[in-house]
Amino acid sequence: MTDTAPAIELRGISKAFGPVQANKDISLAVQPGTIHGIIGENGAGKSTLMSILYGFYKADAGEVFIRGKKTEIPDSQAAIAAGIGMVFQHFKLVPNFTVLENVILGVEEGGLLKPSLAKARRALTDLAREYELNVDPDAVVETLSVGHQQRVEILKALYRQADILILDEPTGVLTPAEADHLFRILAGLKREGKTIVLITHKLREIMEITDTVSVMRQGEMTATVPTSETSPEHLAELMVGRKVLLRVDKTPARPAQTVLEIEKLRVTDQHGVERLKGIDLAVRAGEIVGIAGVAGNGQSELLEVLGGTREATGRVRINGEEMALTGRHADGRTRRGQGIAHVPEDRQRAGLVMPFAAWENAVFGYHRDPAYNRGVLMDNEAIRRDADNKIDRFDIRPANCRLSARSFSGGNQQKIVLAREIDRNPDLLLVGQPTRGVDIGAIEFIHQEIVRLRDAGKAILLVSVELDEIFSLADRIVVMFDGRVMGERDPAQTDERELGLLMAGIEGEPDKPEWQAIDEQWERVEAEEEAARHG
Amino acid sequence: MDRMPAWADAVLVPLISLLLAAILSALVILAIGESPVEAFRLMVEGALMRSAGWGYTLYYATNFIFTGLAVAVAFHARLFNIGGEGQAMLGALGVALVCLYIPWPHWSLALLAASASAALFGALWALIPAYLQATRGSHIVITTIMFNFIAAALLNYLLVNVMKPAGMMEPATATFPQAVHLPTFQDMFSTAATPLFRGSPANVTFFVALLACLFVWALIWRTRLGYEIRAQGHSETAARYAGIRPVRIVVIAMLISGALAGLMGINSTMGEAERLILNSTEGAGFIGIAVALMGRNHPLGVLLAAILFGFLYQGGAELALWTNIPRELIVVIQALVILFTGALDNMVRMPLERAFLAARRRRTRRAEPAE
Repeated sequence: MTDTAPAIELRGISKAFGPVQANKDISLAVQPGTIHGIIGENGAGKSTLMSILYGFYKADAGEVFIRGKKTEIPDSQAAIAAGIGMVFQHFKLVPNFTVLENVILGVEEGGLLKPSLAKARRALTDLAREYELNVDPDAVVETLSVGHQQRVEILKALYRQADILILDEPTGVLTPAEADHLFRILAGLKREGKTIVLITHKLREIMEITDTVSVMRQGEMTATVPTSETSPEHLAELMVGRKVLLRVDKTPARPAQTVLEIEKLRVTDQHGVERLKGIDLAVRAGEIVGIAGVAGNGQSELLEVLGGTREATGRVRINGEEMALTGRHADGRTRRGQGIAHVPEDRQRAGLVMPFAAWENAVFGYHRDPAYNRGVLMDNEAIRRDADNKIDRFDIRPANCRLSARSFSGGNQQKIVLAREIDRNPDLLLVGQPTRGVDIGAIEFIHQEIVRLRDAGKAILLVSVELDEIFSLADRIVVMFDGRVMGERDPAQTDERELGLLMAGIEGEPDKPEWQAIDEQWERVEAEEEAARHG
Repeated sequence: MDRMPAWADAVLVPLISLLLAAILSALVILAIGESPVEAFRLMVEGALMRSAGWGYTLYYATNFIFTGLAVAVAFHARLFNIGGEGQAMLGALGVALVCLYIPWPHWSLALLAASASAALFGALWALIPAYLQATRGSHIVITTIMFNFIAAALLNYLLVNVMKPAGMMEPATATFPQAVHLPTFQDMFSTAATPLFRGSPANVTFFVALLACLFVWALIWRTRLGYEIRAQGHSETAARYAGIRPVRIVVIAMLISGALAGLMGINSTMGEAERLILNSTEGAGFIGIAVALMGRNHPLGVLLAAILFGFLYQGGAELALWTNIPRELIVVIQALVILFTGALDNMVRMPLERAFLAARRRRTRRAEPAE
């Protein structure tokens, strides 16, 4: 034990939202100058706890001590005054302001901006030198890469004299290399005596960088252990409350005939930026092709084109039949008729109609099927029977098809979508981020269902930003970067490092530091996009 | 089910809003030196205690049902149709053309034809804003408002220059032939011994309005089209994903909405005035927005809200007749009701939600005492 007081100490924190107890009597001590990980499934109460610490919510009960002093934090101003800085999962930046302007926003001194900007510029130069936090102070935020934007968030917190930094799922949008760079920054901050709280659901990150880890499950703090004394399996077990299979059991794929053939597929978005720059890809029956890549490199557009919500040029054949890429027949209805089922990346906005009941969602997209209709009227009884079957088979909880989609947890929402799409016995299943925001217990189930469909001889195209997921599901890995296919790898003969470089658009320049190569790559891409926008 | 029970949402929120509007109205009446109790008694007596009062209340209600349903249907597709006024005016024009220029043997045939014509004219008037919204992204609120003005100007022109019989001083058409006279409640329910609804304008159109409620309910919650409309209304991204064409849904929903607004024309023009006059809609198109808001876009809610607004209209007329409360103040009272039930909905809802949450928490705490 150190004799200094903990940087943060929580005693008996409780918080309820209606009938949901988000935090139950939570106590936690974070030692100064350490990196403390908080891990737990979605909905375990991690974010609620941090929001209480940052003054967004008021705890129903409990006390907060900062550096041994009891502190009331009614709002974020008080949190900043107490030296707490927060980097949110979704950045709170003004996109059309420069980095400097964003940094001083809210802490301008006096009526004129110039002195504040000059002061911030000096401070930023110092910070950049100290912590590898280099960002161009005059760059407009929206032109920066996600990794850089995150650095701006960290700079904002440091500029406000934060010595306790909370990061909420910071690596969700980063490439592995960018994440490594972030971790180097965090390590540097720790050396300077700052305290860091890292909220994540990724076991790897916890193992890699934290000193101590606390596990949350269903609103309770189930354990706090030194990271060196634990293992990923043990943490997963603590998170879920039972033993979890972290890898899927699957036999080698036996690919058969080609189901999907894509040639020179190009997509230009509404701003005139080319999102897909000539994709060639084939998926055969009985195999899972996993598309790896950092979010925003064209994977979403690829799924949208194949699912029928985006127009494109090029050629796509499904079971040898030409697919319409523009016009009336480039829609979800036609695609479904061609045997394509689609589990979209964003289930809350696309895959489900959130206010609709589960039974209404269970036929969404297939609602024109004669089995669900009697003349112009829908056969609601038949649809509800059908939904009950799906709930049964996919173990969807609560098992009540009359509840609205939003009353289900992320995992169960995903099961509703998956049940609907798999149930149609498609020739090709498109799956985007199948386990995003899904708890570990449900991940296991969802992965098994996808493999089961593959074993039934179906073609599966999987898009995921989680490399772990790609590794455990895919029979072939295709890496996309900047609207192009960077390469294809056999999962048995590659590793995260190699994929990470491909994901950053680099085909091997081992002498250059990774982050530097990535920065250069980004600059090139940005310049291209800029040119496309103006050209 | 998330925050408070459905009954509280559907009944308690509008009731409390109404109560607040009533209290504020009472203060206004007090301020000009009249008795709010007396005023309220007059309104109830004039609108609800006599059958003739009901005849007026239900007449107004009929108008508001049509325009309220029009707003509700569009709203299920997340379209704010402010153009009910113009669509109803065009509907009335459709009615007048059918009644004036075709000789009808019986009112029932005329009613069928006039309904079809009113719906068609209303729908066509909604078509252009709908098409512009669907394919060009022109905001439907703006275009429908503008179309209200165009409709008013068009009717003004037609009545003054084209349809007015020679020698008449008023911008109105000739009176419709006797054969197309719609049976009023007086015609239908009075006997020689017990005269009912004497002189009041409520007519058989009220039953058409009830049918329209039933139609809208079935459309929205029982048909495939309604399912697609609601899906599109909740999330266009989801609708596209499901292969629902947004352009088609926007156009169809607005056509149905316009047709419903247009149907109001049979009540005001064929049922009451029996000729086409300027401003036959009297703002009912706008009241429809408040009615749909208060009725939660559900046909039953729209029906009840329409009757409430019918009562306010008729009660207000009685007040103007029997007290010194000026006509303008009655408009103020009506506006207060619209303000509280429509615009300030969340002002009541949020505290109520919190109260329900607190109550539930107390209950659960009592149910499972601390261990």
